Amino acid sequence: MSVKHALLALLEQEPMYGYQLRAEFEQRTGTTWPLNVGQVYTTLTRLERDGLALAESEDAEGHVIYRITDAGRVEVATWFTTPVARTQPPRDELAIKLALAVTVPGVDVGTVIQQQRSATMHALQDYTRLKRRATGSEPAELAWSLVLDSLVFAAEAEIRWLDHCESRLRRAAIERAAPTSAPTSTPTSAPAAANERSHR
Amino acid sequence: MSAVLELTDVTRVHGEGPAAVQALRAVSFRAHAGELVAVMGPSGSGKSTLLTLAGGLDRPTDGRVVVEGVELGALGNDERARMRRTSIGYVFQGFNLIPALTAAENVALSRELDGVAARTARAEARRVLEEVGIGDLADRFPDDMSGGQQQRVAIARAVVGERRLILADEPTGALDTETGEEILRLLRARCDAGAAGVLVTHEARHAAWADRVVFLRDGRVVDETGAESVDLLTEPAAR
Ligand SMILES: Nc1ncnc2c1ncn2[C@@H]1O[C@H](COP(=O)(O)OP(=O)(O)O)[C@@H](O)[C@H]1O
Ligand SMILES: [Mg+2]
Repeated sequence: MSVKHALLALLEQEPMYGYQLRAEFEQRTGTTWPLNVGQVYTTLTRLERDGLALAESEDAEGHVIYRITDAGRVEVATWFTTPVARTQPPRDELAIKLALAVTVPGVDVGTVIQQQRSATMHALQDYTRLKRRATGSEPAELAWSLVLDSLVFAAEAEIRWLDHCESRLRRAAIERAAPTSAPTSTPTSAPAAANERSHR
Repeated sequence: MSAVLELTDVTRVHGEGPAAVQALRAVSFRAHAGELVAVMGPSGSGKSTLLTLAGGLDRPTDGRVVVEGVELGALGNDERARMRRTSIGYVFQGFNLIPALTAAENVALSRELDGVAARTARAEARRVLEEVGIGDLADRFPDDMSGGQQQRVAIARAVVGERRLILADEPTGALDTETGEEILRLLRARCDAGAAGVLVTHEARHAAWADRVVFLRDGRVVDETGAESVDLLTEPAAR
């Protein structure tokens, strides 16, 4: 995550000091991606070094207030208008774990899938519970609710993928058991489908 | 907590001989007052079968279905139909509204059939329509409403008369994400107010509104996710 850009975007609203920036960040994203104050100050120092922000003044309590520069504004605008790169998918521990579970002998993949699905469902229930309460239309609350939506969609996708893995594994097991009756070129016609005639 | 719905070792076989399909195999399942339970599973896993049995729309091949302490199998057809009008609310995926009746009339119908005076039933219907957020559409016909509005009418119809068991089969199926979410909010509110709810869905995002999620595969319960919170996140602090 680009802490640098997130902080710059907040500074574009108004000059702020470190703690304030962290609070404003969390107001919008919950504690989904916690920022520690040390991280905030390191980033501010770097922003200043790169000419994107200026340590301006101290308020009555001695907080150092940072202000965005013109170069900083350009940087924020570029950030907002450039899509997040998807060229390098983040390393997905779950996908890697399943890939290994399928190939390493003695691992019960079915159990791995089921346990993960329960855990992800739990998380999804938690997000949904939080979402139920986040109904306001104020910008900050809306921001938080959209972050929750993002987590909800990601968890949902993971559960769908786990379901998909489970049925593919079952089909593969049936094909291995009866290789002649299920030509590998048409996996969708495997016998597993026989008891799953759609009936809605 | 008392179980409003209790299925014990319920099996349902469709057809006979080699063509027989075991839609449910010895499934035990409960829904308590104040609880929303989601039933998930791929298509063909027996979700609708479970719901129609719970709603008294079908009879099990084996096992017991008990609603509010009454075993549905022990009832005659008339008594069962009465139970369906008074204790059990059913929400179908396709809304199933009667096109020739207005929203209020659709909602009032089962109450009127049950002997409630027409005036009282209509007044009740308007109140519930208000509750689900479409009080102003009470005199509209289904064809003049959006899918989401029709589904709200269907929910109003399912909950009118303080029914204690609400059964919903893919109630969000044809709706967009946001409208679907509003429907879940309504179901959830009804359960928070004391009803027991069973929500059949194949979408995890919707199942997550439930307190408990039961996974069906080939007519069997294979997994169950409880309600304890993991507290992964906390809300943003108030300003
Ligand atoms: N009336 C019926 N006659 C024959 N088979 C049926 C009937 N109803 C359901 N089935 C079969 O029972 C199984 C479970 O169906 P259903 O409960 O509708 O599943 P789901 O709702 O999970 O998609 C499926 O294999 C389906 O084809
Ligand atoms: Mg179904």
